[in-house]
Amino acid sequence: MIRIQEQDFDPGLEIAKLSSGHLSVGGVCSFVGFVRDFAEHSTVQSMTLEHYPGMTEKQLLAIVEDAKNRWPLEAVSIVHRVGRLDPGDRIVFVGAASAHRKAAFEACNFVMDWLKTKAPFWKKESSDDGDHWVEAKATDEDLSKRWEQPKKEH
Amino acid sequence: MGSEDCPLAENINTVSDLVNVLKARGDGFAGAFANLDIVRVAVNQEHVPFDHPLCNEDEVAFFPPVTGG
Repeated sequence: MIRIQEQDFDPGLEIAKLSSGHLSVGGVCSFVGFVRDFAEHSTVQSMTLEHYPGMTEKQLLAIVEDAKNRWPLEAVSIVHRVGRLDPGDRIVFVGAASAHRKAAFEACNFVMDWLKTKAPFWKKESSDDGDHWVEAKATDEDLSKRWEQPKKEH
Repeated sequence: MGSEDCPLAENINTVSDLVNVLKARGDGFAGAFANLDIVRVAVNQEHVPFDHPLCNEDEVAFFPPVTGG
């Protein structure tokens, strides 16, 4: 399940949905990303997230499918917010449900790494010294590369 | 974000060809494509390399490296 929305989400509810109706689920691993109040050289007052409608949905669905091909997962969820957000606000939810915890942990990690480098979202920070687009981090690119070798673990 | 619809010119076979045609449009375009290391491209909403072939009616998008999550 993927969702792109302006409004906030309830992480507890999202986690519950990942396991409800799946009695073979042994664990759900989740990640929630928040807006920080600091950037490299300034204090962040707010953040605006833009995306590429159409491509975003396509990429998120592809990432979910890829995760399901790599690990035995019962369910995967991605909820990503767009629009104006304030420090402390939730940005993203990723959750993976599996019979065993290793698959859930690894899939959650994988989905976040690929989302960071493949999903067409862009952040603009408003800070004391004006507005500026956030630059992509080389470390995110490096983290995503570790998943490039296709692997199957059962 | 800007967008436009245009028929594919006969001399454009790949994304790189399109970049070269766009660069010739003026300083704004030339500047945007000056460093292709920081330009990403998608054709029909899939990430592709610059040597990707183009067909008429393809949707081509250029954007900076993504920063979501």
